[in-house]
Amino acid sequence: MGVDDILGLFNYWMVIVLMMIGLYTVVSRGNLVKKIVGLNIFQTSVFLLYISMGKVTGGTAPILTGKPEVYSNPLPHVLILTAIVVGVATTALGLALVVRIKNAYDTIEEDEIQAADDEKEFGDAAAAEDGRR
Amino acid sequence: MTALVTDAVSWAFLASGSFLVVVGALGLIRMPDFYTRLHAAGITDTLGADLILMGLMVQAGFSLVTVKLLLIGAFLFFTSPTSTHAIANAALTAGLNPRIADGAGAGTDSAAPEGDGK
Amino acid sequence: MSIAAVIDISLLVFLGLTAFAILKLRALFAVVMLSSVFSLVSAALLVHLDAVDVAFTEAAVGAGISTVLMLATLALTSRREKAPTRSQALPLIVVFLTGLALVYGTLDMPRFGDPQAPIQVHVAPKYIADTQSEIGIPNIVTAVLASYRGFDTLGEVTVIFTAGIGVLLLLAGFIREPEGLRVQTMDHHLVLRVVTKMLIGPIMLFALYVQFHGDFGPGGGFQAGLIFASAFIIYALVFGLENARKAVPGRAVRLLVACGVLLYGGVGFVSFLFGKNYLNYSVLGVDQVAGQHLGILLVEFGVGLTVAAVMVSTFYAFAGQNQPISDEDW
Repeated sequence: MGVDDILGLFNYWMVIVLMMIGLYTVVSRGNLVKKIVGLNIFQTSVFLLYISMGKVTGGTAPILTGKPEVYSNPLPHVLILTAIVVGVATTALGLALVVRIKNAYDTIEEDEIQAADDEKEFGDAAAAEDGRR
Repeated sequence: MTALVTDAVSWAFLASGSFLVVVGALGLIRMPDFYTRLHAAGITDTLGADLILMGLMVQAGFSLVTVKLLLIGAFLFFTSPTSTHAIANAALTAGLNPRIADGAGAGTDSAAPEGDGK
Repeated sequence: MSIAAVIDISLLVFLGLTAFAILKLRALFAVVMLSSVFSLVSAALLVHLDAVDVAFTEAAVGAGISTVLMLATLALTSRREKAPTRSQALPLIVVFLTGLALVYGTLDMPRFGDPQAPIQVHVAPKYIADTQSEIGIPNIVTAVLASYRGFDTLGEVTVIFTAGIGVLLLLAGFIREPEGLRVQTMDHHLVLRVVTKMLIGPIMLFALYVQFHGDFGPGGGFQAGLIFASAFIIYALVFGLENARKAVPGRAVRLLVACGVLLYGGVGFVSFLFGKNYLNYSVLGVDQVAGQHLGILLVEFGVGLTVAAVMVSTFYAFAGQNQPISDEDW
């Protein structure tokens, strides 16, 4: 593997790093707002993956100038452009859910929500036993 | 020849603008409290950004791009000081006092260094 | 190494560092601000990768709307994250292994910027070659978005519509009537009010420019809708929700949410009536190019209408919650 290979794959590797940071934030953090920010990072990394694939060396933005030029691939741009706006709409939906959860449970920490659910479902004794185990 | 002069002038603008941005970033890290850091950040988005825009305008020559850059400059001219003002105002309203040189006000902002500096 | 590669690598490293800081920080206010920074840096990277339309959208979303919505959520919930209680080892191992598998997968991928990669030789050359003669507008992204792949975009607009309805359904029970609102206007912010008043007009004008210039340069309905919505949101933030509702009632915004999608679908239906395929605009004008122009203009307008209305009504829903967003909280 030469320098060219490393440079040629660096974008994809960084995308994977970002993706994994986002995934780790979603999986390991209990705070729901933090989880949504993690999802946003994951989402942006996917955007970058698509756009990186569409880039042509020496290309320019796909807006016709009348002169013969090399254009980068416009198709990923279209897909990602709409995905970004859909992303913010779904983020808003997620945040609305967080607000409702806060109203219902008075917390946005995952384990506290779980504990409240357990207590409601099995009563105090079972919750206490669960804590001992 | 004219191309050389244009390039030299625009590079001078771009370099000095970039220098001010770097200075602003350095100040943001090195300054002791919130208000001085805000002052450093202010340099970045007023003079730093304006100089870079000037450099780009020299590169673009008399064209539609220059008009657009001028509009961006006008937008920044109004918004950057306003946002700096708003941040400082919010901090003062929230009760964060500036640090005074002789230590008179030092006790009130002990939380400042790890507080949300910008 | 070329200058382009240096810019590319340094922006990607910045993104990585920002993401890592987001992961580590527990002060949620700083996390939200950093996610805004993350969006802005990724927008710069997108410009570098020739995706100017996408960068435009990302900047409008990341630096504007999603940050405002997250801050509103923080105001309604809490500003700090609890320290993690569970063991972090298992997620770390899972993430590490997944990452390794993905990196292994990239080894077979075509190298970055390769003009002979499969993605570059399949459909894209047709779009680039035929846009001028078939659609007659310079911005290929707009041509593909609104005409070649109009179905996709109709689907996406419907998703945005549905998400907006979802937000309204979730938060509607908690929206207070205008007379009961306690949202404070920023009375002591004289400078902010004056400057905002000055800027709202130009922002809306710029949104209209982006909307109707999207055929020729970067822009289009999605970006214009977001910018238009930010003009209303900044008004509501500075002058209070009550005044914003007086200017644009919530009922009207909710109506516009549906109108945009209806306009998009309606244009498709009209071409249906002329005996052509759904969303084939060629029949709308005297010749194919004129028809495409008109169709794209109408469809983009529908997109802009829905996006702007969804964003404004989402903001109304968040800002109308029980606890007011007072600037002293920040």
